[in-house]
Amino acid sequence: MEIFRTENVVKKYANHLALDDISLSVQEGSIFGLLGPNGAGKTTLIRIINQITAPDSGNCFLFGEKLKSDHIYNIGYLPEERGLYKKMKVGEQALYLARLKGLSKKDALIKLKYWFEKFEIQAWWDKKVEELSKGMQQKIQFIVTILHEPKLLIFDEPFSGFDPINTNLLKQEILDLKKKGATIIFSTHNMGSVEELCDSIALINKSRKILDGSIHDIRKTYKSNIFEVKFEGKFNRMEAAMTSLYEIIDVNADAPNHSIKIKLTSDADTNDILRILMPTGRIIAFNEIIPNMNDIFIKIVEETNAQSPNKN
Amino acid sequence: MNKIFLIIQREYLTRVRKKTFIIMTIVGPILMAALMIAPVIFAKMDQEEHKVIAVVDSSKIFQNVIPETEFLKFEYLEGVSLEQAKATFKSSDFYAVLYIPHIITYAPKSVQLYSNKQPSLGVKMHISNAIEKELERLKLKTYDIKDLDAILKAVKTNISIQTIKWTDDGKEEKTSTEIAMAVGIISGILIYFFIFMYGAQVMRGVIEEKTNRIVEVIVSSVKPFQLMMGKIIGVAMVGLTQFLLWVILTFAIFTVAKSFIQEDSSKIIQSQIQTESVFSSSGLQKGQPVVTDKTEMINDAFSSLKSINFGVMLATFLFYFIGGYLLYASLFGAIGSAVDNEADTQQFMMPVTIPLILAIVMLQSIIQNPEGQLAFWFSIIPFTSPIVMMVRIPFGVPYYEIILSMVLLVLTFIGTTWMAAKIYRTGILMYGKKISYSELWKWLRYRN
Repeated sequence: MEIFRTENVVKKYANHLALDDISLSVQEGSIFGLLGPNGAGKTTLIRIINQITAPDSGNCFLFGEKLKSDHIYNIGYLPEERGLYKKMKVGEQALYLARLKGLSKKDALIKLKYWFEKFEIQAWWDKKVEELSKGMQQKIQFIVTILHEPKLLIFDEPFSGFDPINTNLLKQEILDLKKKGATIIFSTHNMGSVEELCDSIALINKSRKILDGSIHDIRKTYKSNIFEVKFEGKFNRMEAAMTSLYEIIDVNADAPNHSIKIKLTSDADTNDILRILMPTGRIIAFNEIIPNMNDIFIKIVEETNAQSPNKN
Repeated sequence: MNKIFLIIQREYLTRVRKKTFIIMTIVGPILMAALMIAPVIFAKMDQEEHKVIAVVDSSKIFQNVIPETEFLKFEYLEGVSLEQAKATFKSSDFYAVLYIPHIITYAPKSVQLYSNKQPSLGVKMHISNAIEKELERLKLKTYDIKDLDAILKAVKTNISIQTIKWTDDGKEEKTSTEIAMAVGIISGILIYFFIFMYGAQVMRGVIEEKTNRIVEVIVSSVKPFQLMMGKIIGVAMVGLTQFLLWVILTFAIFTVAKSFIQEDSSKIIQSQIQTESVFSSSGLQKGQPVVTDKTEMINDAFSSLKSINFGVMLATFLFYFIGGYLLYASLFGAIGSAVDNEADTQQFMMPVTIPLILAIVMLQSIIQNPEGQLAFWFSIIPFTSPIVMMVRIPFGVPYYEIILSMVLLVLTFIGTTWMAAKIYRTGILMYGKKISYSELWKWLRYRN
């Protein structure tokens, strides 16, 4: 079921078009990746969803209703540019931010206690923010973002500033939130975590949406029939057998395992390859190379840039 | 509404709990009380030091003529030349050597006072007054007038002008220009300081939120306008709290201190009165009439203090205090939002602070002529009116002028707040960009 969508959203600044006719749909309970190079318009779109700024034309819908001011209580937002009041105490500050999100003082205290215990950071309650490390501050910010249990969460580069251990912890928390039914819009440049976490994505470049869909479908669309074989045996014989029949993309002749990448024509049968190769040596692995999101991202962005080099 | 209250609460509490606030609140009144008490104490300290001045009087007409006070004595050196007195000065305890040449009667500028210190103005005045009086007396004597001393005493008059103001209902009130001036200037300068101190606090608060990057987290929960207004109101309440505490503490300290120094200060007044009476009657008559003058003067001061309408004064003071602050605080807030750090504020601060400084600079001429064109326009134009109008009010300002100035102030601060909100909304989310005036103009025209 759809929880959020934008319809033909356009946002202009003085002489710069920030968003050009963006339509998106986010399914409830999914993790939605909002991707794009720097300056593509992601942050503007996120600010529109948070009603920090309004679109010039087009609409946003949450739960099927046009976006209205009450909706901010159902949204949790962790901005890319984030910080805390340095001179304020951690507990006091968390309480203040929670109450701005509409929680009563009592509820906020109960929930904060739960999360502080869960992250084992009760000892920080009376410390000033400036005494904490950057990673510690990020944890506080994460807690404050999700404290009011919003239906829609927006994380803009959530992992920046975290060490690998805490990144992992955060990933687990994000997956947990998804399990509990929250929908997450996730904006990042880290394609590895996109593959790991996202169900579907939209790619924005130069103010336009240039690609969207589920990760699975997208990767399938962009695969190009390249297969990799790993084997033990005489490399020369193997190569000779392949060259006559298939287009070789890449070879790795280092012992003990050789590997070779070949591109098949669309009507080729993968079993034929195995049949040809079997007499020449011992096959260790045979698999299709599916492009990762990083490759797809670079490829598409470069393609669209080539088409409209002078925009912006 | 609930949220703006939360913001006000945070802005207020974080500031009031700061050490600097507490220190300022305690130190402020001590300073103010010190300002009031210090002159008395200094006067006392200054006089306590006994000064003996050696007099070399080659004219021989000033023997024992210069009146002595409790702290200032004169020793007349007979048969000693100036050179000798100068030579022995170092080994003596004299404060100074006064040389009166024999040509004094026709060369009045020839009196010399030698010292290794710069003699105080008080000492200089004391001596020159005494010599003038004596010379005048001697010159009059040459006209051979009978009963000269009695005549001089009879013709001596002291003029002091009483100012009386007709109130609207035709009553007459004693007024004092000096006191109206003092009350006006003090309130004008207080407003000036309040606007600067707390306006700058608003600006710093906005810059802090922007550089800490907390602002985007907050504006996802509240409207930028709420955040800005919450800050402005919160800081205003800090200012009012501090002001109130200052008034209470200053009053308390002053009352306590006064009871301690009252005795001493009355002694000083007494001794001053004595020296004055010595001059006024050439030592023939002691004190009485002058003392009456003094007490009368103090009574006059009190009655003219009463003539200032303190109800109107207080009401208008609070109005201009808050109105002026709101007008400037919103501008300071907008500046804070447009820059990345305090160092970049200079180019925008200039045009905002110029009217304030202009108002202070103009005070001198406005006090001279509080009804004049300059005073009128400066007290009507909203950017200077909070300061200038407060200076004019003790002198009495027609109600329609006050109302006009107030209405304009309200309209202007609504205008500046609206403008500031537009700049603020864009500015707080704009990082790492040098902002120019044309950029600000663009922001003003953004729809959202």
